[in-house]
Amino acid sequence: MAGLELLTDQGYRLDGRKATELRKVQARMGVFAQADGSAYLEQGNTKALAVVYGPHEMRGSRSRALHDRAVINCQYSMATFSTAERKRRPHGDRKSTEMSLHLKQTFEAAVMTQLFPRSQIDIYVKILQSDGGNYSVCVNAATLAVIDAGIPMRDYVCACTVGFVDETPLADLCYAEESGGVSSLALALLPRGGQIALVQMDARLHQDHLETLIEAAMTACKGVSKVLDEVVRQHLQEASVLSRE
Amino acid sequence: MAVDMRLPTVKNSMSLSVSAAGRKDLVVPGDVITSDTGFMRGHGTYVDEDKLTASVAGEVQRVDKLICVRPLKTRFNGEVGDVVVGRITEVQQKRWKVETNSRLDSVLLLSSVNLPGGELRRRSAEDELTMREYLHEGDLISAEVQSVFSDGALSLHTRSLKYGKLGQGVLVQLSPSLIKRQKTHFHNLPCGASIVLGNNGFVWLYPTPRQQEEEAGGFYTSLEPVSLSDREVISRLRNCLLALAAHKVLLYDTSVLYCYESSLQHQVKDILKPEVMEEIVMLTQQKLLEQES
Repeated sequence: MAGLELLTDQGYRLDGRKATELRKVQARMGVFAQADGSAYLEQGNTKALAVVYGPHEMRGSRSRALHDRAVINCQYSMATFSTAERKRRPHGDRKSTEMSLHLKQTFEAAVMTQLFPRSQIDIYVKILQSDGGNYSVCVNAATLAVIDAGIPMRDYVCACTVGFVDETPLADLCYAEESGGVSSLALALLPRGGQIALVQMDARLHQDHLETLIEAAMTACKGVSKVLDEVVRQHLQEASVLSRE
Repeated sequence: MAVDMRLPTVKNSMSLSVSAAGRKDLVVPGDVITSDTGFMRGHGTYVDEDKLTASVAGEVQRVDKLICVRPLKTRFNGEVGDVVVGRITEVQQKRWKVETNSRLDSVLLLSSVNLPGGELRRRSAEDELTMREYLHEGDLISAEVQSVFSDGALSLHTRSLKYGKLGQGVLVQLSPSLIKRQKTHFHNLPCGASIVLGNNGFVWLYPTPRQQEEEAGGFYTSLEPVSLSDREVISRLRNCLLALAAHKVLLYDTSVLYCYESSLQHQVKDILKPEVMEEIVMLTQQKLLEQES
């Protein structure tokens, strides 16, 4: 591959991280008063805002309602200023429709939709700054927003992307690494049970390496889940102290 | 016009006691509450491999053998007898659909309203055709929960002169958990306005009506201009409600009234400034404590 050396001989990556090291995750829950649940999450330089409305009555076409469970409606979008090149992204382009569908599948695996027949849960996610791993940051932000809305879930859903360079899996890719021709894999995990909610990979990889890559992704997801857990507990304590007094 | 601008700051919650840190009864989704099989599964929990597990983030509540987890923030869970304030979203055959901040829209049947003209009478086909004249989309009503359907939707009724269409006033939407359950949720406050504290977190503020119009059956709305002083009282009350809600103080007639009294030294528009808000809420809480003891 030309130019960029993604992993030095000393085992450091472009931004100075080790191979298995995650980027710094910072998050806040309950950022909006009007929504049922909301969260803001930064993972390195990727920043996302997630908002949840519902469960509520079906809006729009009522025929989509399911008699035994809730419908999850996801919408993913990117701000015009989120990438290096300023670009207007009209609502409903191919890429964001696909991403919305992936988010929907991920959350259908985790949210206990059967408790809310004939209703709808809306999850809106917006990328404010994009620096790789958009899907995983969206999933992590949306998880916090769903928890903030008080919607029952089996477990957290944590997601992470991993790449494969020089026989080494790299956790939590940034944009430079993603665009550097690495075969990357995105994985969403329910960490406690170890169930996989979604795996996505559109690059070529030798079959023998797949297992190590998934293994590395799962460890990275568990790392993310620890951080999210801390955020939720902190938020819970602050809120419960206020309401107790 | 002078505009007050400020940079966003981290809200420093007042008197955050350290004692609450590390409380055992707070759980997050996926936490195992107990692996003992002798307990019953309540709301906010599920059974995973014989272990009782939390599915929402919140406080564990135990009643005998029943374990529930109460989330900090949810939609309205209606119970029979609750007073609600809602907005009509749809007019259907023989029923109105009402948005009440619950998980499904509530239903107000034509047969459970008092029609104008008073007196009990059969609902004719003509009544069905003129339903939109009584209540149409966007109208606000106050009502009581008559029953709860199996899927969790609420059936409402307005079979009392207290309930019915709401006219001129201000709606404040808050969290349902902030409303204190009381014998009555309709109050004529001595400061010159009236308040309906809906159990669903919708609070309606309106000028106190001069006399009760009985024959209208709750569908009459006064379109008389509201005096400036009344409007000032109502907007002050609205800001007070928002201040109390921001600091998670339970809302009932006394707390609202005390907050109103503590806010009198400030201008209406200043009440929402964080430092003023904090001062007013502190004063209110002091008064409430004094009154209790």
